[in-house]
Amino acid sequence: MTEFVIQSEQAYAKVWNKARKRQRLHSFLKGLLFLLPSILLFSVFLFYPLAKTIYLSFYLTDASGATTVYVGLENYKQLFISPIFQKSLEVTFLFVVYTVPGTIVISLFLALLANEKLKGIGIFRTIFSSTMGISVAAASVFWMFLFHPTIGWLNQMLATFGVDSIGWLTDPDWALFSVSISTIWMNIGFTFLILLGGLQSIDRYLYESADIDGAGYFYKLRRITIPMLSPTLFFVITVSFINAFQTFGQVDMLTRGGPQNETNVIVYSIYQEAFMNYKHGAASAQAIILFILILLLTFIQFKLGERKVHYQ
Amino acid sequence: MSHIEMENLKKTYDHQQNVLDGINLEISEGEFFVLVGPSGSGKSTLLRMIAGLEEISGGLLKMNGNVVNHLRPKERNLSMVFQNYALYPHLTVEQNILFGLHARKVSKSEQKKRLMETAEMMGLGDLLKRKPKQLSGGQRQRVALARAVVSQAPICLMDEPLSNLDAKLRAHMRMEIKRLQQQLGLTLVYVTHDQVEAMTMGDRIMVLHDGEIQQVGDPITLYNEPANLFVASFIGSPKINLTRAKVQDNQLYITDELKIPLRDTFLPKKELIVGIRAEHIQHATDETATHELEVITVEHLGNETSITFSVGNDYWTAKWIGQWQLKAGDKVKVSLTEEYLSFFDPVTEELIQPARVHAKEDEVVAI
Ligand SMILES: Nc1ncnc2c1ncn2[C@@H]1O[C@H](COP(=O)(O)OP(=O)(O)O)[C@@H](O)[C@H]1O
Ligand SMILES: [Mg+2]
Repeated sequence: MTEFVIQSEQAYAKVWNKARKRQRLHSFLKGLLFLLPSILLFSVFLFYPLAKTIYLSFYLTDASGATTVYVGLENYKQLFISPIFQKSLEVTFLFVVYTVPGTIVISLFLALLANEKLKGIGIFRTIFSSTMGISVAAASVFWMFLFHPTIGWLNQMLATFGVDSIGWLTDPDWALFSVSISTIWMNIGFTFLILLGGLQSIDRYLYESADIDGAGYFYKLRRITIPMLSPTLFFVITVSFINAFQTFGQVDMLTRGGPQNETNVIVYSIYQEAFMNYKHGAASAQAIILFILILLLTFIQFKLGERKVHYQ
Repeated sequence: MSHIEMENLKKTYDHQQNVLDGINLEISEGEFFVLVGPSGSGKSTLLRMIAGLEEISGGLLKMNGNVVNHLRPKERNLSMVFQNYALYPHLTVEQNILFGLHARKVSKSEQKKRLMETAEMMGLGDLLKRKPKQLSGGQRQRVALARAVVSQAPICLMDEPLSNLDAKLRAHMRMEIKRLQQQLGLTLVYVTHDQVEAMTMGDRIMVLHDGEIQQVGDPITLYNEPANLFVASFIGSPKINLTRAKVQDNQLYITDELKIPLRDTFLPKKELIVGIRAEHIQHATDETATHELEVITVEHLGNETSITFSVGNDYWTAKWIGQWQLKAGDKVKVSLTEEYLSFFDPVTEELIQPARVHAKEDEVVAI
């Protein structure tokens, strides 16, 4: 500390202000230093690609992705009149509506079951969470066998009941549904595990107190479990939502966007536009629209969630 | 149903060793019954068995003469206050209090009436719309009590309800709980590890140690006639002074030099353990002095002074009214006489003979 004689309150205030500014700058720099590794990583893998995508979306490109002509908002305008893009928006929304509630409801049900204190419950917990350890590619191959038109188990099962076989992945009416089913199956492991963790962190005294008070199972579920689980549920819903919008792997493996673009979700459409049609500009515009869409919906979710979620 | 009986009650977890071993006990209606014992002695387990939260491994639990072993918690018609209060963090104080009535589908008007009565009784009127996290520790405690009160169950169980409060608030809540119990005529089973709480609140106390009943009795009996060494040293603060001693020629040899003549006491053993309460090591004048002891430490408590003496290999603590200016190394004249001594068997640790006189004559209040 430097020594100084205090002449007046004003003079002191000046010195004090200066010292405070210096301290602030100091702690800011220190904080920055700690953040440096993640700032670097984010810059290379996130901020730079994002900026580059925005930049690309205003240009036409050649096959290698190099910019050729500046077209302004033309790429965006084209998208909004393109029936294929509208189809893929529609498909994406349907896909989200099919998969998110299904995943959450089934996982919650399984988590509630697995949270009971029963003998050998560990085995069920392992089984229920096991899909988390299976890659999208492996799971897709597995489902491809199930969905196979002639030797697939699903159709064989239908046959034993005397029902006509279904073109799970080839019938335009069924393809999106089939992909959704396999996606729900793939997502259950992760969602289940997070929800089970949430359930286990609820204080058991709350249930004991409710038992003594005479509450039944569903009363406890409604008044204790769901509200206490709401932060976890909210997290899981948000993550599932974003994941559903970004689905690519299983579409690529199972249907390649077909039949008749019925499973051509936005990310798959971006992939096709960029790496099949070499229209990097148009693909970038789609990517930006997807980004804004997810951002908006997540924001709305947070606004709605604030009122319903009980944080401790 | 407010009379509780236990016959040879047992508890084992996962077929291991008994946590509770043959508990026989009767708790009468309207009684303030305290279960006290060190941590891990099985108090909570016993309480939770009464509540029905823990399965009973053996023996019978009866309420008003009927066996209730198989009844679920909600069928036993009791209320419980948990150590951490178990308030629902997402519900307001009002919703917390009404949770049970709502679950039991009590009519809206009845709910409202009971809520008002309870809130007034517990001084919660202004806090009904708050969430638990917006309350102080004492207020949360009061909400937890209100939940028990509003249920109008005749039996209330409490598991260390005051251990999360600071010392001052604890003393206050002790009084409030006692008042509440008397006002409502509750049969209260109260678990604590704090012997002060047990002594100040209980009509009757049961001391539990390693899953076995050590003694059941009213507070004064436990203090004056502890059944064994464990109860003797557990009840009372400061702890009773205990020392091994020998009997020879009608003399009690505490050390080779320190001996107390035995005129009226006949002891069947040569070796035993002697206990003397801190207030029974009395300061003496030259005439009344029987011994002289060396001071080790002095603690001033304001109105009292606690003095530690060296006695053979042990330290004895005395508690004298007033402020005594003593320092370590001083020799102090004291009176140690046989009528204040309790005797215990060194092998079984059971009481052989309690002290004949328990308080100085002028402190005994007869009603
Ligand atoms: N769920 C349980 N499983 C196994 N042992 C337990 C369980 N609960 C308590 N115990 C054991 O039972 C004994 C008594 O515990 P408890 O009744 O909680 O003691 P207290 O309340 O007197 O501190 C302890 O030794 C404890 O380890
Ligand atoms: Mg306990």
